[in-house]
Formats: sequence, C-alpha cells, structure tokens
Amino acid sequence: MSEHIVSAYSEELERLSAEIMKMGGIAEAMIVDATRALSANDLELAKEVVLRDPLVDAIESDAERQIVSLIARRQPMGHDLRMILSAMKISSELERIADLAKNIAKRAQRLDENVNDEMRNAIIRMSKPVSRQLNNVLNAYASASADKAKAVWESDDDIDNHYNSVFREMLTYLVEDPRRITAGAHMLFMAKNLERIGDHCTNIAEFVYYQVIGDYLSELERPKQDQV
Amino acid sequence: MDTGQGTAMIDESLTLPRAAEAPPRIDCRNIKVFYGPAQAIHDVSMTFPDRAVTALIGPSGCGKSTFLRCLNRMNDTIENCRVEGEILMDGENINDPDVDPVLLRSRVGMVFQKPNPFPKSIYDNIAYGPRIHGLANGREDLDAIVEKSLRRAGLWEEVKDRLTAPGTSLSGGQQQRLCIARAIAVQPEVILMDEPCSALDPIATARIEELIDELRNRYCIVIVTHSMQQAARVSQRTAFFHLGHVVELGDTNQIFTNPREKRTEDYITGRYG
Repeated sequence: MSEHIVSAYSEELERLSAEIMKMGGIAEAMIVDATRALSANDLELAKEVVLRDPLVDAIESDAERQIVSLIARRQPMGHDLRMILSAMKISSELERIADLAKNIAKRAQRLDENVNDEMRNAIIRMSKPVSRQLNNVLNAYASASADKAKAVWESDDDIDNHYNSVFREMLTYLVEDPRRITAGAHMLFMAKNLERIGDHCTNIAEFVYYQVIGDYLSELERPKQDQV
Repeated sequence: MDTGQGTAMIDESLTLPRAAEAPPRIDCRNIKVFYGPAQAIHDVSMTFPDRAVTALIGPSGCGKSTFLRCLNRMNDTIENCRVEGEILMDGENINDPDVDPVLLRSRVGMVFQKPNPFPKSIYDNIAYGPRIHGLANGREDLDAIVEKSLRRAGLWEEVKDRLTAPGTSLSGGQQQRLCIARAIAVQPEVILMDEPCSALDPIATARIEELIDELRNRYCIVIVTHSMQQAARVSQRTAFFHLGHVVELGDTNQIFTNPREKRTEDYITGRYG
C-alpha cells in the first residue's frame, strides 16, 4: 500500500503494527518457554515466564493509547480504519494468550513428585501445534495475508482434537493412581489453557482477515471439534 | 387480527420501501460536460433516490461541482459550457428546450459554499421565491410559509423577533440556514448543496448537518463536500469522482470502511493516488 500524504500517519500505523508484533513475539515465547519449563521441570524458567506477563500488559495499554489517539486525530477510513480496529482486538487477544501462558508456567511450579513423564509429554505434545498456530497467525498478520489467516482459522479443529485426546489420556493416569490427582488437575488446566490459546489464535485470524478483506470470516461455518 | 389504527400504521411503516429501493428522484444518463473543447465530465450515469442524502466527493477539479450544477442547469449560465446526456426528473428530461430553467430551479434548490442572502430583510429573503412563483394567497399565507420555512431550517427561534433585520446581519451559520430556508420556501423536490459548510465553524457546521439529517425525511439531497468526514456523517450514499469519472458509487458505510476501488481507498485514506 502506498504511503500517506501525511507521513507521520503512516509512521504511527507502522508503530502500532510493530507493537502488535512485539506482543505476539513475547506471547509466543511465553508458551514455548512455559512448556520447556514443564518438560525440564525448570522452576526458575517457569518463574521467569510469569514475570514477562506485565510487559505484555504494558504494551497492550500503550497500543490502546496509540489507537485512541489515532482515531481522535486522524479519523481513519477504509483499510486504515480496519487495521486500527483489528489492532485493538488483536492486542487484547494477545494479552489473554500471555495470561494463559503465564498460568501454565505458574502451574508448572506447583507440580509434585507424583507426575510421570507421560503426563508431561501429553502437555508438551499439545503445546507444539498451539505455538505453531500462534506463529502462523502472527505471520498472517505481518504479511497481511487473508489466505494464511483463513488457513489458521480452519485448522483450529486439530487443536480441539488434540485437547480431547489429552483429556482422555490424562484421565487414565488419574484412574491408575489417585495420588496424581492434584498434579493431574493442574495439567488438565494446562491443556485447557492451550486449547483456549488456540481459540484466541482463531479470533486473531478473523481480525486479520477482516483487516485485509473487509469482510467477516466468522460468518462462514467453521467445524467445531471441542467436545469437552 | 386487530385492525386498530395503531396496527395499521405499524404495518404501513413496515411495507414502506427503503430509500434506496424507491424509484429515483433524478436519473442521469451518460452525462458529458464540455468547457469549450475540454471535457470536464465523461459519460456519468447515476441516480439519486428520494429521501436520502447522496454525497459527491473527490479532489479539486474532479468535476463534482460541475456535475452538481447540471442537476438544476446552473451550467447554462456559463458561456462555452455544453452538457450532453439525459437528466430525467419524473420521466422528463430537464435539458429539453421547453423546460423553464427558473421553474426547474424552484424544484431543484441550491445552497452554495458562501452564504449569499439577498440584500433584503430576513422575511423578504424567504418570501421572495414564493412571491414570484405565486405560491402564496395573500399576506397571511406568505407569513405562514416564511415561518414554516424558517422552522424547518432551524432558524425560527433565533430570528422570529427580528424578521425585518437585513439577512446579512446574521452570523455565517445563520445566513447559511437562511439560504436553506429560502430554498425550502418554494417547495423543492431536490436540494443541491455545494460545500455548504466550508465557510462555517464546527458548531455552525454541526447545526447544518443536523438540519440536513432532518431535511432528508422530505427531500432528495445531493451534497458536494471536501470534508470526507462530513460525507461520512451526513450521507447514505457516496460517489467518488476523479478526473470527470465516477470511480465508485455505493453505500456510504461501504465506501468509507471497505471501498472496492483502489483509487477510492487512496483518496479516503489520504494516500498518493
């Protein structure tokens, strides 16, 4: 897209976009590191992930201030308007994602010695498609690609399937040994958090699509696989 | 079923055609305008619905004002200016030689960029048109027309105690509303506005915009404006003119949130075309 006649306007939009990408990058790293902390039982890393959350919150408020200012001073129209509205929505989705990742890291610190490797692996396996989903939707945002956004939107049922199978698997470990129940409850929440992150990625995909195309993806029918 | 009046009224309102679906008040077909050898408007066809505001936007020199002036034959007054094509109102081509342009201009009123009250009293500014068109039977009737027109233009309360004061003694915004009242007084069907707020402050502008919104219930309104925000605020349909062509015509909401044409997008978002 060509530049605005008022170059400061273009710069402000670019700055906003950069903030969103920065938030997205931090949130993605939080998911990856929370999972690593779980996998290696690295409590220090888990603590450190929790500490990153306020940074995401701060960027979100900063982005919101920029958005209010852009609307008040520039009266955005057309694609600019859609970009700004999408940025507002996406930033709050990313803030939620960071919260959920933080919660996984918190729970990783609360696990006791009754957790077995299979239980850890079930969560780690599920986190991979979820962080990939976030990575893909951030790529869709960065490259303003409606096709990539739609692909993310359509693949959320993989994560839902994953969640359903982790849920069932986790129950078998709890049935085998009731001493695992406390840790198992934490891990079921971790799985649920990952599943929710997948949903937030789907929402982001909808906003990217709206920003690029000007039409609503959510009006198309998307298959739902989450049965829990 | 209850056939009480209340129900009947509700049913009627439900079946009333929406503005955009009603037959057009003005139907322009293949309009071309030339100033001497230079062509200012290239083959523009568009319609204007009744009871709706259509905004014409575009950069300076795009032809939007020239096109607006075709709608009440204001271009007749410009030497060298030639208009081709058909402009139909109620099925009649307004460019036919036997159409009286003075009568046409009473059906198609116009409000200009700069308020231009006659150098007469407030009362006479309004009464002039109805008098020459013989719309009033006596003084009482004329008084009623003046009051009704000023009320509709939202000016009555401000001027009712000084109707004999000169129109030019009013503030800019009041003068513009006086000009709108003057246009309304001759019972037009269409009101053309050529940048009616560009000489007014934001408060006076808001008053005019509020007035436009009210007038929309009775008239077909066409407004040329340089302020895209104003077009977005007051109109239901927007046409984007560029180099004498209509690049895009659509629902105002769509034009400003999701224009189909790149040239429209570039213009409304303030980019290099």
